[in-house]
Parts: sequence; C-alpha cells; structure tokens
Amino acid sequence: MTLIQVRDLVKHYESGGLFRGSAPPVRAVQGVSFEVARGETLALVGESGCGKSSVGRTILRLQEPTSGSAVFEGVELFALDRAALRKMRRRMQIIFQDPYSSLNPRMTVGAAIAEGIEIHRLASGKDVGRRVGALLEEVGLDPAYAGRYPHEFSGGQRQRIGIARALAVEPSFVVCDEPVSALDVSVQAQVLNLLADLQRERGLSYLFIAHDLAVVRQIARRVAVMYLGRIVEEGPTEELLREPRHPYTVALLSAVPVPDPERQRSRIVLGGDLPSPSSPPPGCPFHPRCFHPLRSERCRAELPPLRPVARTSAACHYAESTPAPAG
Amino acid sequence: MTRVLDVENLRVSFPAARDRVYPVDGVSFSLDRGETLALVGESGCGKSLTSLALLRLVPPPGRVEEGSTIRLGDTDVLALRGEALRRIRGRRIGMVFQDPMTSLNPVFTVGDQIAEGVRAHFPVSRGEARRRALELLREVGIPDPTARLDAYPHQLSGGMRQRVMIAIALSAEPEILVADEPTTALDVTVQAQILEVLDRLRDRRGMAVLLITHDLGIVAGRADRVAVMYAGQIVEEAPTAALFARPSHPYTQGLFASVPRITGPVERLSPIGGSVPPPGAWPSGCRFRPRCPQAFDKSETMPPLLPVGPGHRMRCWLAERGDGGAG
Repeated sequence: MTLIQVRDLVKHYESGGLFRGSAPPVRAVQGVSFEVARGETLALVGESGCGKSSVGRTILRLQEPTSGSAVFEGVELFALDRAALRKMRRRMQIIFQDPYSSLNPRMTVGAAIAEGIEIHRLASGKDVGRRVGALLEEVGLDPAYAGRYPHEFSGGQRQRIGIARALAVEPSFVVCDEPVSALDVSVQAQVLNLLADLQRERGLSYLFIAHDLAVVRQIARRVAVMYLGRIVEEGPTEELLREPRHPYTVALLSAVPVPDPERQRSRIVLGGDLPSPSSPPPGCPFHPRCFHPLRSERCRAELPPLRPVARTSAACHYAESTPAPAG
Repeated sequence: MTRVLDVENLRVSFPAARDRVYPVDGVSFSLDRGETLALVGESGCGKSLTSLALLRLVPPPGRVEEGSTIRLGDTDVLALRGEALRRIRGRRIGMVFQDPMTSLNPVFTVGDQIAEGVRAHFPVSRGEARRRALELLREVGIPDPTARLDAYPHQLSGGMRQRVMIAIALSAEPEILVADEPTTALDVTVQAQILEVLDRLRDRRGMAVLLITHDLGIVAGRADRVAVMYAGQIVEEAPTAALFARPSHPYTQGLFASVPRITGPVERLSPIGGSVPPPGAWPSGCRFRPRCPQAFDKSETMPPLLPVGPGHRMRCWLAERGDGGAG
C-alpha cells in the first residue's frame, strides 16, 4: 500500500547574492516521481549535486517545492498550511548525515529526544522520561545517557541519538539523508543493522538517500538512481545492479570499489565533470559524458523519458542495448 | 627491490591530563621503490599521524618519541633540522591530502602554484617552471590544461582540485608519495578517475606510494601490501592477496564482516561491537581484547606480531595455535 506518492517534483534555487535575478536558477530537482509503500525502503542514490537531498527536504517541506505534488497518507503535503504541516510532521521525520550539527550542544540528549514528545503532547510528566529511556534503549544506548550532552558521544552514538529523536514522535515515514556516510565501517554496519531492525519492528517506511550502492543494496529492495535532478533509472535493487540499463548506472556501479582483489572489474572511468545544475545540457542530461555505443544526435536533442525496459525503468533512448558492465 | 623507506618502532605522543598518550605506538614498516603499501584503519587508529610523522609534521604539542627511526634511503629523517628537513618535504616525500580546497591557496592560479612547487625544488626559469606545470597538468589528466593553468582553485571541481594537488606533489619528483585518504571526499565516479591517475603515475615514475585509507575496496587490486592499524599499532600485515584471502586478526575479520557488498547474497552485517577507545583508555594486553569475540586468557598479555603465512603477520596470540583465519 502506498504511503507517499511524489509526482513531478521540481525544486529550483534562485541564485542569491548581489546579482540576484541575473543568474539562472539552480535546477536541483527537475520532475521527479516515485512512491514508497508502507514498510518499504526506497533508496535514492546519486552523486553530489544530483538533487537527492533536495528531494528529501522538499517532500518534508523543510524547503518549499517549486512545483509538483506529494501525497502522504492521502493528504497533499504541498497544500498544507503551517498548523496542519506541524501536525503532519509527527508522521514524517528525517535523520541527517551529521547528527551533531542537528543536535543543540546545550541541550541534554534526553531533552532533545523529549522535545518532539512534548510538542506533540504524546506524553506528559514522568511518562516523558520513561519514553526517552525506552527510546535510548531501543537504539542501543544506556537510558542513563539521557542526562549527557551531545559532545560526550562518538559519531555512531550521536547517530543513534538522532534516530531516537526521529522515532520519539512515532513517525511512519523517515527520510534517512546519508545516515551512515560519515561513520567508520564497523559503526556504519551497526547503524545499518539498527535501521533494519527498527523498520521491521515499527513497520517504518524509509526514503534512504545515499551515494554508496553497496550500502543501498544492504538496506533497500528498490532503488532510484538520480543524475542532474532527474531519476535516470529505477527498479528492484538486485535487478538494477545485475542488469543496469542506463549508462550512468553502469558507470556508477563499475566505480564501486570491490574489496576483493580477484574480482576487480574493468572500470568505466567517466570523462569530465558533472555539468552545472544551473545550465544542464539539452536533451539527455548524461549525453556529454555518455559512452553508449549507440549515442547519437537524438541524445543531444531529445530528453529520454523514464520507461520500462526489461526489469527496470530507464531514461535512455538506447536502454535496450546498453552494454553490460564487464566482469 | 630498492628499499626507499624504513620506519622502525615509531611512537608519537601527546600530553594528556596526567601522563602522555601514544596515538602511534610502535609502528614499523618499509617501502620499496614502485611499491604501494596501504595503511588501513578506522578513525583514530593512528594512520594519518603516522604519515605526518614521516615528514616531521606532527602538530605540537605532539612529538615523535626517542627510539623511533625513520630512514629515507641513507637519510635519518629524525636527525634533520631546518633547511635539510625542508628539502625532504615535497622533494623526496610528496603528500596528497583528503581535502584539496584547504591545501590550495585561493588567491593564486593553479599554474602559479604548481610552478612555485617546481621552482622551490629546481633551479629553473619562470618560463621553464610554467612549461613543466603545463606538462604536469596534462600528466594528471586535466582536460584543456593550457586554459586551466590560469584558473583559480574555486573555479575547479573537487576532482580537478585533487588532480592539481597531485600535480603539485609531483612537481618535486618525489621518491615517495603519501596519499592520505585522497579520494574520501570525492564522489565514486571521480574517485575512480583519481585512483586511476595515481596508479598510472606510480607505474610510470616508479614512485613508492603509501596509501592511507579506511576503505578496503580501494586497497584491493591496487596495493601490493596492506598493514591494518588499530589503536596505534599495526595489528596485521600481509601481501594484499593474502590478506583478502585470509584475514586473520579478529579485528581485520570484523572489518571485512562490516562492509556491505555489491555482489553475493545480502546477509545481515556482523559489525564489531562497541567502538574504538580513545588513546589513554586503551586496555592492557591486546588492545582489541574488550571487543574481541575470540579473546582468551593469554590476550591479557600484549601479543607481538606473529607469523601467519609468508609475509603475513598478526598481533594476536591465536597465530600460535595456527588457527588464524578460522573465523
């Protein structure tokens, strides 16, 4: 059952500063559509500047969308006024890459977790403390830590605190914005396991924003790959990794470092840099860096739509004949 | 094989509340010409401090302890002072750091900064230095190098800046290149580009490379040998193929079990419990003991590096039982 449905989401940022208005806007998100079912994880994967974080933030209206629609539990989020939005926020939470910057350094961890509970009047008096203790325990921390301050914790512990705070208001949908990217591998594994456990126990839906395909594979059965503000390929994670249909997915996959000297794949090293999102190339956004043997004039002129090809959907005119990743 | 670097019993200390702490505590390794040694570990294991010590760049109040040895060919690095020390930095050991933006000067062009590097080490004219700068930009794979000579750092992408940093490091034609997390801040497709450049340069110039990383994925298929660090010590060292075929130290095994994979069955990750204790809170005996699932009574005594196989040693008493790698 669909929990959230996003249609044609567009987010432009006016380039600010002295010459405001003279520069073209940054087209961070250019018409993104997807759905997340109850209890499901959809991963949004891509490199810096592809617009994945902007998607996460605009659907929660931490930033206002330029246009589009997001329907959550039957309610159009983009039409809500402030009061209604605040109520809705109880159902939708976000976990950031760096929980330290989102935790108030002068507030105890317990107070930070209690804040949401109190704002939404989910408990009162002694019950608040009990809930905070239970939440800390649920994320694998000692309830006695409630009286401590954020700086007393390691990166992994802070991420657990960020998770506890998000869960305090009992959301059904959590945007996880690169939640393990800043963590050491052993801690990253702990947090990935925790997120999986919480999803199972609480029936949570995640929009899991990441740049690492191996991490995505661990946590999400479905994945959408973004490039320059658009979803270029979407499908079940295993199928998409086994048989990628968009050349960018092929390149992204071949760039993943594999911890196995016997299985070093021949890498496709992309030429050039990501074009600027304020002046994206015409036609297919990937065409200036594309290595598809059939690439043609059509790619320069005509934006390929996201369409079903084999087991995934891909936005490439020649997706049927995309060369398989070597190795 | 020509030995270019020998490090023996390197200890780096910092003053702490009562006593001094030793974030690098008895590290020994060597590097041959044309060889890549990877120093692998998580935050706080001492890998970066080890590389800074090679150039005598340990930030005060830290210091390299008596009894440490760093030999660069015939040169005793720890005995050098003033001008002699400056001649080692850059000229014989080049360095590339994680964040190129903070190491580039924002107010000088890329060409000026590379040419400055050339002229700091070689008695050449401005014109010749500029010509070499152009050559270096070409060598690190910067497109349109003539135009880029006059670009400022902020006009370049992260990947291009890192190429410039590599060009600056190469301008002195060092025997050894220390690359400290050179691609950690970069997107995976850009990471692939930069690693390819480093591999090519090593092969062409016969440089020795000390690659410092937390990512086992970029070690495979690149490094000749690997040294895994934990709590200030090397806990396992081996030829790369041997380490990946048979990770033997329980910490190394834990690292491998923590890494999500892009192939094979998706299983729940088995992270190492707990987190790395800070220097000063290291336990007696084996420092991994409190987190080790295989710890036994003998672990209360600090193990030396014990042989596991050809060129393969680990700091664990299990090596005596001959069951390293069983886990």
